[in-house]
Amino acid sequence: MKILREFGEYIKMFKGMFRMPENRSMYWRQFMLQCNDIGIGSLGIISIISVFIGAVSTVQTAYQLVSPIIPKTTIAQIVRDTVILEFAPTLGCIVLAGVVGSKIASELGNMRVSEQIDALEIMGINTKAYLILPKILAGVVTIPLLIIIAMVLGIVGGRIAGSAAGIIDPSIYDNGLLMNFNGYNVFFALTKSFVFAFLITSVPSFYGYHVKGGALEIGRSSTRAVVVSCVLLLLADYILSALML
Amino acid sequence: MIEIKNIKKSFGEKVVLKEVSAVMEPGKCNLIIGSSGSGKTVLMKCIVGLMQPTEGEVIYNGKNYITMSLEEKKAIRKEIGMLFQGSALFDSQTVEQNVIFPLDMFSTDKYAVKRKRVKEVLDRVHLAEDAYKKFPSEISGGMQKRVALARAIVLNPKYLFCDEPNSGLDPQTSIVIDKLIKEITEEYETTTIMNTHDMNSVMEIGDHIVYMHQGTKEWEGTNKEIIYSDNQKLNEFIFASQFLQDAKHMRMIQETGEIPKNVHDDVRDALEEKFNTDMDGDGIVGSPAE
Repeated sequence: MKILREFGEYIKMFKGMFRMPENRSMYWRQFMLQCNDIGIGSLGIISIISVFIGAVSTVQTAYQLVSPIIPKTTIAQIVRDTVILEFAPTLGCIVLAGVVGSKIASELGNMRVSEQIDALEIMGINTKAYLILPKILAGVVTIPLLIIIAMVLGIVGGRIAGSAAGIIDPSIYDNGLLMNFNGYNVFFALTKSFVFAFLITSVPSFYGYHVKGGALEIGRSSTRAVVVSCVLLLLADYILSALML
Repeated sequence: MIEIKNIKKSFGEKVVLKEVSAVMEPGKCNLIIGSSGSGKTVLMKCIVGLMQPTEGEVIYNGKNYITMSLEEKKAIRKEIGMLFQGSALFDSQTVEQNVIFPLDMFSTDKYAVKRKRVKEVLDRVHLAEDAYKKFPSEISGGMQKRVALARAIVLNPKYLFCDEPNSGLDPQTSIVIDKLIKEITEEYETTTIMNTHDMNSVMEIGDHIVYMHQGTKEWEGTNKEIIYSDNQKLNEFIFASQFLQDAKHMRMIQETGEIPKNVHDDVRDALEEKFNTDMDGDGIVGSPAE
């Protein structure tokens, strides 16, 4: 019952969010601020994770492909496809659910508890539109861009690791990357990242906006926001894979 | 003018407000007083529209706020300024940015005009210029209240709501904030509605007082009338506060020579100690020791 009620409230959150803004430039400023927070703010962690995921993928794929009849270019193809299809969008977004999700939930939770949201309401501002919508839009715009960066860095990380460990020559790796490339995989990955971006911004916004109580509840809602986002993200990953692949 | 008619508010089974009616006098300081849990904050939230009453009407200039269209509600809200208990300043913005925010959102004036207005209201609340660039976390509680008050009046509101503005402040700063609210009420001709349980505020600035007790309006009158009120529950509340205690006690002693029997034991003990009088539990008091 609680899950259904929460889901109902989550859907209701979107009602009233899409109204004419009181002042477009203020909303634009808020959107840009969120783009900076979510996009630029997460660039560092996404870059580090992507490089290492690509590196580990190369090493582990090479470890498992022991047969001499399998060409080494296969390593690059496997790394490329796993990074594009799964590691960059899914793992990247799970990390972002932690980084961005907890930040959004705690920021809105703190604003709710300290009556800052009430103060905005009193001024006649549509708080859902002013506080939540820019976060969701910023997430949907910047997170797919981060995922594209993660794809590139993951593949580059694999190349560096393969070369450094003496597993695969960079030129062979490059050749492998170009073999049997399917552009649909990138489209699929970007579709996933749009859906994930929506989830990892809207779910924490919901939990943060509806916090009741004090500091303890902010922490709880933040944790719950991350957990629920991750679970929904994995569920969406499965559904999208089943539907689109 | 704001009028509330038969406001009832319940959370599930729990009834917090029981058919409260009152008229908030225009251009005056209207105080809603009462002990914690008496329903005064819920009443204020119902009046400003942060909560929907279960029943009743909140009338702004003859129109029921509850049944107004969204646009009408927005128009009323632009005429409201509110000072929150915890100041509710935006943490990520400086003092100046906090105060300019409502202007940025609703005013089409040029930046220089807005800045001038910000300086004007910050000067009005006696905030030093070196605090303008500071963040709320870098200034004291009293200064935060001043900034919040400046933000509340920056759009020249018709109605000023103050939810326990003295909460967490020392007595001296509380008096300063009270005086500011009173001055601003007179200067801007706002209808001020303030929640408090501070009896200093009642005597200092309360033009019209509504006393709440367990969700009902128990008494209504001026700060002069409160001294002579015979309402038992109000008197209990007053006796529990330090400021009016002396005045009330002196009058009782002068007139009856007794302390009311319904006074809480702790309060009775405090009175005995304060006036150095042995009442032997029979309620008969001698002359208070100076």
